[in-house]
Amino acid sequence: MTSFLQIKNLNVRLKAGIPILRSVSLNVTAGQVHGLVGESGAGKSMIGKAVLGTLPRALQVTSGEIWLDGVNLNTLPAAQRRKVIGAKAALIPQDPLTALNPSKRIGPQITRRLVDILGWQKSAAEARAIELLGEVHIPDPKRVMQSYPHELSGGMRQRILIASAFAAEPKLIIADEPTTALDVTVQKQILRLIAEMQQRHNTALLFVTHDLGVVSKTCDTLSVLYAGKVIEDARMRRFFTRPIHPYSAALLAATPTYTDPTGSLTPVSQAVIDATEQEVREHDMRAGL
Amino acid sequence: MMYEIRDLRLSFPDMTKKLLLGPAPRIEVLKGLSFDLPKGAVLGIVGGSGSGKSTLGRAMLRLLEPSDGSILFDGTDITHTSEDTLREMRQRFQMIFQDPMSSLNPRRRVGGIIAGPLKLHGMDNLIARVNEALDMVGLPRSFAERYPHELSGGQRQRVGIARAIALRPDFILADEIVSGLDVSSQAQVLNLLEELVRELGLTLAFVSHDLSVIRRLCTRVLVLHHGVIVEEGTTAALFDNPKAAYTQELLAAIPLPDPDQPWA
Repeated sequence: MTSFLQIKNLNVRLKAGIPILRSVSLNVTAGQVHGLVGESGAGKSMIGKAVLGTLPRALQVTSGEIWLDGVNLNTLPAAQRRKVIGAKAALIPQDPLTALNPSKRIGPQITRRLVDILGWQKSAAEARAIELLGEVHIPDPKRVMQSYPHELSGGMRQRILIASAFAAEPKLIIADEPTTALDVTVQKQILRLIAEMQQRHNTALLFVTHDLGVVSKTCDTLSVLYAGKVIEDARMRRFFTRPIHPYSAALLAATPTYTDPTGSLTPVSQAVIDATEQEVREHDMRAGL
Repeated sequence: MMYEIRDLRLSFPDMTKKLLLGPAPRIEVLKGLSFDLPKGAVLGIVGGSGSGKSTLGRAMLRLLEPSDGSILFDGTDITHTSEDTLREMRQRFQMIFQDPMSSLNPRRRVGGIIAGPLKLHGMDNLIARVNEALDMVGLPRSFAERYPHELSGGQRQRVGIARAIALRPDFILADEIVSGLDVSSQAQVLNLLEELVRELGLTLAFVSHDLSVIRRLCTRVLVLHHGVIVEEGTTAALFDNPKAAYTQELLAAIPLPDPDQPWA
């Protein structure tokens, strides 16, 4: 199977030296959905940003390799790396409101990637954009191409961002909390749409989320992160039925479900946190941090 | 009854539809809501974005004035009560906010933040009352000397809760107070709220978009859709036998952390 994304021993640090990602390795193949879960600050978004080359200025990759569709990104000069990333990877962002330019019509915002990165003719790019808007079930794509973002609902805007992410036929899509800002009913439609598009285009999908419910509906495999370290790699079903790491089990026990009438919730216990912290410290010792 | 609400209506001027001259047309956000909230109940107010759930909460606290209908708080009509009269009553109904970062003054210490409403209502023994509030929410007393930025999200939300209960109110409105928290802190805050409701005999209205959280905490649930109550009842009845189509749709859309849930 072709690996569209392979991360080997990736370490990211604050320039001051504080580790943000600790020897992260993962592998996503064509047609696979890999979830990145963890609490806020665990570093799940940072993995996506490291791949896309959009890490905040204060952070830097200190070691490790990122392979995108067989190309080692680290060996490329910056300009070429940006080109490869632009052509092979795309992002579905969290907030559909801020991700679209409010002063530009939808059309040019979708076609830009095709024109700028792939060098398409404007007319061809527009035809493709209309086709894509149809694929994400937007009624009357031609009218929407002429609309401004504020004229559209949150769900519609997220559909447009999905269309735009798939526009250049990327090998890898990174979806960073794509439904957190949406209502549950809209969330369901959007998650289905992402799955549908991902299967049709046979892309690899890296799905960043804090919502274990969403993971169980979308992912094939997942990595659980704690303090920038992958503490468990699992197939989705196995994770929910037999989580191995105590922290994974604790996360599951702390997640409320409306089907449980007793509704008892167990917060992650200090003992579990201490043990996981210890693991992270041991990793740092081995890595000579 | 803590609250008796009859035909509550609330409208705002719709500035997007305002013509150059003349008043803006009004858009009705709450369209004739009627319900009772018994003392000691924990009411979950649920609905999608724009359904009016936060507006309803704010009307109950009279942060907004209804355009029609009536609100009785513990038998007293507060529908159009003046701000001066309300100020004294506010000791009896308090609010916990969604985002503890922006609802706590970053330049004041936790102790000062909790003491704020106490001073406003002319209370004495401030230090003792602040300490007691910190004890109740399970924060060490030494936190009174800290600033909000030194605390984690869950700890900050506890400060928000401490500020609300310091006045010993009868009623608290909690608006989406766990939606910004991770599941582990969320579980702690929910457990804490449940404990406080029991110990202090509080009546609580809990605004949330998350039905799983509501089932965990609430005794009654009210489902809002486009400013109308589509369903209201006890938590058990609503979850076991949802009647309104919208409630059923909401429940069916929630992804449970269970790979065997039929969801597609």
